[in-house]
Formats: sequence, structure tokens, C-alpha cells
Amino acid sequence: MVQEPVREARTVMSESDIQRVLTRIAHEILEANRGVEDLILLGIPRRGVPLANRLAQKLAEIEPEYVVQERTGQLDITLYRDDLARAESRIPATTMIPPAGVDNTVVVLVDDVLYSGRTIRAALDALADIGRPRTVRLAVLVDRGHRQLPLRADYVGKNLPTASTERVMVQLAEIDGADADYTSDQVQIVDVMD
Amino acid sequence: MRHLLATRNLSYDNAMAILDTAQEMATVSDRSIKKLPTLRGQTVVNLFFEDSTRTRTSFEAAAKRLSADVLNFAVKTSSVSKGESLKDTVQTLEAIGGDAIVMRHWASGAAQQLANFGWSSSAVINAGDGTHEHPTQALLDAFTLRDRIHGQHASGKDLEGLHIVVVGDILHSRVARSNVWLLHTLGAKVTLSGPPTLMPVGVTTWPVEINYDLDALLAEQPDAIMMLRVQAERMSGDFFPSAAEYTRGWGLTNDRYKRIEGCNTLIMHPGPMNRGLEISAAAADSAQNTALEQVANGVSVRMAVLYLLLAGQPGQ
Repeated sequence: MVQEPVREARTVMSESDIQRVLTRIAHEILEANRGVEDLILLGIPRRGVPLANRLAQKLAEIEPEYVVQERTGQLDITLYRDDLARAESRIPATTMIPPAGVDNTVVVLVDDVLYSGRTIRAALDALADIGRPRTVRLAVLVDRGHRQLPLRADYVGKNLPTASTERVMVQLAEIDGADADYTSDQVQIVDVMD
Repeated sequence: MRHLLATRNLSYDNAMAILDTAQEMATVSDRSIKKLPTLRGQTVVNLFFEDSTRTRTSFEAAAKRLSADVLNFAVKTSSVSKGESLKDTVQTLEAIGGDAIVMRHWASGAAQQLANFGWSSSAVINAGDGTHEHPTQALLDAFTLRDRIHGQHASGKDLEGLHIVVVGDILHSRVARSNVWLLHTLGAKVTLSGPPTLMPVGVTTWPVEINYDLDALLAEQPDAIMMLRVQAERMSGDFFPSAAEYTRGWGLTNDRYKRIEGCNTLIMHPGPMNRGLEISAAAADSAQNTALEQVANGVSVRMAVLYLLLAGQPGQ
């Protein structure tokens, strides 16, 4: 059998692309919500957290009444996964909910890549155990398709048609900055070698 | 980790994984819905050959918060009293459908035997075996120390540089043994104190210092003193002349308590406390006393252990 040549990693979003996309999503959130009233951003660890924080900064720049510390948090889904029995157990990440809680608010979940949809299903379960938001929305940097559940994102940075043999890699300074191969924020597509 | 049998062979990484996981589990206790779906469909069997309401209830609460089913097997009402062997008991329980066995046994090494003889495929958690080990107690003590000293920034931190004094009946205490090994692994310095008759043979080979003079130790203002319970039920002979004499030498009396009152020295006790014997009422009710936090943290630590053993495929 002839092995297909492995292509080099392709950069599909640069640092400035990510910046622009987050600015657009911030405006879209404000437009749909008609302002920042009752708005809360929850990032999903790991890379959803810095994305949520960056979005929150942008919201605060546009609408100063949005107080970042009181309206931004993170929601860990490790203990709600449906594939726990298939992998070695991992240490859960921290969940931090804004002090006023999520009851009757508009929660925007933020993640880096939307793929099967299973992470978001777990996040909805986790959120339901914490409170009862009025509305839950979803913002993602990249939607790469291949959904296994009937879910969609409300705010999408980039729709990225991919093959399931490819992997989408997101690098963000807050998480990957200390890595030796980190140069700048970017989104890349990498072929998975079996 | 496949089983949790002892802290002596528990690696630094596994110990920290349990403490960091427990940190997240603790936040569940502050929510209105104190339940996670993580271990749905799994069954935890509590198999207690010795009476223990606290440890059993703590494990039961931990399993239930993770949505596992719990079977309580009280040995006094079972066929064990008719002469059934441990092997047959365990295999019967597994046939009923257990995924983990939480066992307390009067024989040192019972949990090890259960895990290593191939009698069952369940994860085994040692909830105390004879005078050998009680690993979850040591883990919850370490968690409590870490929580008191580092607060909400405790995640990822060990006990490097702390000085812990363990006082009392070291000879019969599995809590002391588990604490010695775990505290050593996590970087703390441990000093043992108590009547010389209640120091085990071979204690000089342990990674500890020994000082029979409790007053001198208190003057050093250690980070914590752990007062062990005087275990009358395990003492067949006379190890000290009288209870009053024990209290005078190694009890945390009012007089001793006054000398550390207001200092940073924490007072720990695994419970149940014998007020007036190893600890005075004032020391027991002090804000420096962590006994109740230890109980609450016990649930979080046991949730972490059950999660790490049962949720995923067994790793190293």
C-alpha cells in the first residue's frame, strides 16, 4: 500500500485573523443581545477560557458597563463527558462562575473548535447543575463540521471544512506561549498520522 | 492507579493528582445541586469488617455525589460470621455487581491481599487495615493542611518545608503510618512524639524525627500538630500507667493549648476526639482546630479517589 505523503501544517488563521474575528463576534453578540444586559461569558477549558477573556475585553471596550470580572467565568466539563470510560481519567480543570450566578442570565459558552458537539452537550449538562440561564448561546473560533449531535453554534469565527483524518490545532499565547514551538497565535490544520 | 492500598508506595504525581482533583470536587459541595453524573451506572461496595460510621458514611456520600450506586455490606449481619472466607465474600459481592470495593479490615495487609491475589477485578480502596495504613485519611489531612495554608490557590502546591508533629499512640495507629509516608512524599518534615512504649519497633528507619518532649516541640511552633486518638480497643496490655499520666505527658491540655493559641500552629485530629484525654475541650473547640474541616474535606478527597480509579481506563 502506498502511504499518502504527509503534508505540512497549513495555517488557516493568523494572529490578526483571530483578532478581527473576535471583534466581529463581540459586535454580533451585542447586536443579538441588544447590549450587554444579563450577559455572561463562560469559556470551556482549556482554550475556550482565554478566548472568553479576550471577547470580554472587547465587549468592555465597546460597552463600558460590561464589567469583565463580574461577567466572565469558566466551565469545566471533564466530569460530564460521555467518553470517560474510554480514556485514562484526567484531573478536572477549575470551574469559576461569576458571583451573581447564572440564573436568568444570557450565557454565551465559548470554545475554540466545534467538532462532534459532545463537549457542548457536556457543557449544557454542567451548566444545568449550576443554575438556570434564560438563554444559552454558543460562540466558537472554528467550526470544522462532522457533528454527531444536533447542535450548532450561534457565533462562528470561521467555517473550516475538514476531513476527519485532519486535526485542527489552535495556539493561543495564554496557553501555548511557553511552548518552544510557539511563535504567534494561529489556527493550523495538521494531517493525523496513524 | 488501579487501587489505593497505601501511601507508602503512592507516587508524588498520583498524590498530587488526587489532591488537585479533590480541590475541584470540593466546589461541588458549595453548589445547590451537589451531584455529578460522572460514575453513573457504577457500583461501590462498602465492605467493613470493623465498625466505622464516619469513614463509611464519608465514602457513601462521596460515591453518591458522583452518582454511583452504593452497597453497604455490614459484616456482623453477613455470612462472614458463619465462617465464610474473605475470598468467597468478595467474589459473591462481585457477582452481585460491584466495580469498586472499599474495605476496612482488622488484619494488616487485608486490602493488599484482596488486590493482588486475583480474586476480583474490582478496584480496591483501603479504608483502614489493622495497624498498617489508612490512605484516604492521610490524603484528607494533607488536603486540609494545603487548604488552610494556600487557600484557593492551593492547586498544584505540595507541603514542601512544613513541619508537622504527630502525637500519641504511634504503635497502633494506621493514620500515623499513612501520614508519615504521605507527608514525606509531599516534602514536609515529620516529628513523632508520644510515650516510648507506644513507638513501634523500627521507627528509626522511618523518614521522621522522634522527640518525646512535647513541650519542647510546641515551643518550635510547628505548622500543625496531629493529636492521635488513644485507641483503648487496640491495647491489650498496659502501655502507660494511667490516663491522667498520658494526658500530663502528651495530651493537648489547656495549659499547652494556651502556649500555641493565636500562633499559626494548626490542631488536627482524625476523630473521634476523646475530650479531656488527648485533647482539652478548649483546644477541641478552637478556631485553630481543623477536625470538622477534615471531615468535610474527606468527602472531596474520597470523591477524587473514586473518580480517578473508576472513571477512566486504568493507567499507571
